[in-house]
Amino acid sequence: MTTSIASRRDFLKSGAAAGGLLLSFSIAAKAEAAEAGVRPLNAFVLIAPTGLVTITAKNPEIGQGIKTMLPMLIAEELDVDWAKVRIDQADSDPKLYGRQFAGGSMATPLHWDELRRVGAAGRAMLIAAAARDWGVPATECATRPGVVFHPSGKSATYGELAAKAAALPIPDPASLSLKDPKAYRIIGKATPQYDTARIVTGAPLFGIDVRRPGMLYATFEKSPVFGAKVASADLAAAQAVKGVRKAFIVEGGAVLSGLLPGVAVVADSWWAARKGRDRLNTRWAEHPTSGQSTAGFARQAAELAAAPPARTLRNDGDVDAALRAGAHTVEAAYAYPFLAHASLEPQNCTADFKAGKLEIWAPTQNPEPGRQLVARTLGIAADDIVIHMTRCGGGFGRRLSNDYMVEAAWIAREAGAPVQLLWTREDDIRHDFYRPAGFHFFTGGVSATGDLVAWRDHFITLGASPDQLASSAGMAATEFPARFLPNFRLDLSTMPSGVPTGPLRAPGSNGLAFVVQSFIDELAHAAGADPVAFRLKLLGDHKMVGDGPGAYNAERMRGVLLAVAAQSGWGTRLLPKRSGMGVAFHYSHLGYFAEVALVRVAADGAVRVENVWVAADVGRQIINPSGALNQVQGAVIDGVSVALFQKITIEGGQTVESNFADYPLLRIADAPKVEVQFVNTDYPPTGLGEPALPPALPAVCNAIFAATGKRVRSLPIDPAYLRA
Amino acid sequence: MRLRYRRPTSKGDAALAYKLNVDGKIREADVEADTPLLWVLRDTLGVLGPKYGCGVGACGACTVHLDGVPVRSCLTSVDSVGAARVVTIEGVGATDAGRRVQAAWSALDVAQCGYCQPGQIMSATALIARKPKPTDADIDAAMSGNVCRCATYTRIRAAIKHAANQPREASDRL
Repeated sequence: MTTSIASRRDFLKSGAAAGGLLLSFSIAAKAEAAEAGVRPLNAFVLIAPTGLVTITAKNPEIGQGIKTMLPMLIAEELDVDWAKVRIDQADSDPKLYGRQFAGGSMATPLHWDELRRVGAAGRAMLIAAAARDWGVPATECATRPGVVFHPSGKSATYGELAAKAAALPIPDPASLSLKDPKAYRIIGKATPQYDTARIVTGAPLFGIDVRRPGMLYATFEKSPVFGAKVASADLAAAQAVKGVRKAFIVEGGAVLSGLLPGVAVVADSWWAARKGRDRLNTRWAEHPTSGQSTAGFARQAAELAAAPPARTLRNDGDVDAALRAGAHTVEAAYAYPFLAHASLEPQNCTADFKAGKLEIWAPTQNPEPGRQLVARTLGIAADDIVIHMTRCGGGFGRRLSNDYMVEAAWIAREAGAPVQLLWTREDDIRHDFYRPAGFHFFTGGVSATGDLVAWRDHFITLGASPDQLASSAGMAATEFPARFLPNFRLDLSTMPSGVPTGPLRAPGSNGLAFVVQSFIDELAHAAGADPVAFRLKLLGDHKMVGDGPGAYNAERMRGVLLAVAAQSGWGTRLLPKRSGMGVAFHYSHLGYFAEVALVRVAADGAVRVENVWVAADVGRQIINPSGALNQVQGAVIDGVSVALFQKITIEGGQTVESNFADYPLLRIADAPKVEVQFVNTDYPPTGLGEPALPPALPAVCNAIFAATGKRVRSLPIDPAYLRA
Repeated sequence: MRLRYRRPTSKGDAALAYKLNVDGKIREADVEADTPLLWVLRDTLGVLGPKYGCGVGACGACTVHLDGVPVRSCLTSVDSVGAARVVTIEGVGATDAGRRVQAAWSALDVAQCGYCQPGQIMSATALIARKPKPTDADIDAAMSGNVCRCATYTRIRAAIKHAANQPREASDRL
């Protein structure tokens, strides 16, 4: 996805710059906190005289474990005992913390170096303070957790040194040397999430748990046809419900990611607000997108596929000539549906507007664009908005958008009281920024020697034109297998859509891996080749292919593919009838993943995914093995859930599905066993929130082919098609 | 014991005031009879542990115990609770099974986002209390009403076995 790669590069740049900023801006942090009596070492670290260390977690926590993992980096180089660390969640404050977002699996690559240096800077200051006290060179001093010591036998605790250390200049982080990984005491150790005790006892943590004095509760009803205006609503009927304080129409705008038209009901309790809403009998104005439908998009895609493409994104060699010369030609049409995020905590936000200033408590993955949206929409200064980031009950990309934040802010100002806006589950399913549906029309050619010699993909996606694609609806011209065969062509055509779309966990990749790795499987079978051997041959003996954002390390991919083949017993298992194994690999979010699934297909077509084996290469260091394993197992099962069950259907311009009865999520009885091995290679560590998901879908579909001889070309998997 | 009585409200009409036994304490709530227990707990009594996920009994995030039986509090009207003992995630640690399940959840670092886990723990506790050595089939049956969007099912299963002092599988180890 070209847009996300460009923005990822920007993140990296700003991250590198922030490495300097973080420490220089810590002076502001000191002045503020000094009033409270204890002076922090820098913007992230405060050590109390007791030796208790408080570390600030800068990024939003959405279940990816970042509130624990980023402080681990600081604590390691600060050299403290993890049991003495407490973690405070930062507010959104980019001047102090740089960019604060949860997206793109970018927190690890952006912070691996930077936050270790923040810790090392603190340690250097503690050593400097001790050395000055003892009249010895700092270079003669060393630390063990929480203590500076000198060979002469002198020692002092960090708690004793903290105040003096905090008064010293902050060293240039670039000048500091970092620990030998062999000496790590925290990095690489399975570390439970910091909030575990609160999670298991039900203590308040999430956006929905925010309570403010005098707070009211709100619901907000929007048009099922995205963005339609309110024609009429019976506000009086809603206001007659006991507990309802106010019902009012929000004019809203036409931008789907902003404040949309709707009706707000504010009450003493959320249940009362909801009952009031049920009496509104809202009618909606006509809207130009009320005719769009999933079936219509599919029809249009088929028509576009038969016509010349709007644009050719890549054209290597001569695909047509190679197809004419090839021994086997395979054509196949693939499709994947719209998907909702369905984070388990429905969208919500608490806002308090007082004397021109706004305070917000939001479960958001991306607070700063929310601040800008709120400032613009309400006509207030961005500096007059404070954003507290709560723990998020799931993110998956949904909370990169801040529509619920601007709704809460608007409603709170209108209500004249602190308000918690909470969406119903139906609101959440019907007003998402969906993973866009996509259509791929493939032609592939295999030579008499079993080599893949030609590949053409006509990708039909959503957008007004190839230059105005819907959010997350793009595809990079470097997407595999581009550059791995001589004749490759990627064509693009678009169809306009009024469906709101956006990034869903592993955006782009979550659909592309399914179609690409499934079609490669078709070609492997056409070549009469083993699917692992065919893929190894395709990867060839290249090391790096391309450079910059599209760079692809074929050596790392071969490594995980060979590892997962061995791990899964590929080619060595005797399987019962209608059972089969499938393989797939995918590179995304800087991670190399190969997966093998073992499935059993019942006579009635029901698919049971029994095992998934995963080989993952995310570099030289797994920072928190407990969190890492949990992310990979969860992402794989999430992928299986998507493949088996999930689709959003648009009819009459509206979303048909509304809750977990018709948008099912996989449950425990259907969860496969997921075995994970991390293949360590000498590259910088990268993230794990996303890249394990994409290959799970094609691995399952390829296993179904092995089990039944039937090729799944559209999702979700249809059991009726797989009946014996 | 008479648990509800009528009381005039500011709007002049009659509301029911309920006395509920929540986590071992008698709590009073002036709410409409059709109010789901979930919203009485969260918005009236400030018991925030049970979570709203779907409102239709399909996700299990709101699970509480009524006299030890797991129920979906989003579908349980306050009027139907009567004298039953309501135990939530905030009070379940007072029971032996609840304490063991919470400890297992902590030891195995089960959660990702954590939003569903109060409901998971309530269902798991009811299972362990009823069946101290649950089989995989028992776990499937007892836990299938609880969705985990982060799909932490591998650890949920392992934690239930851990709480029941049963051996774990190799792939469950951290």
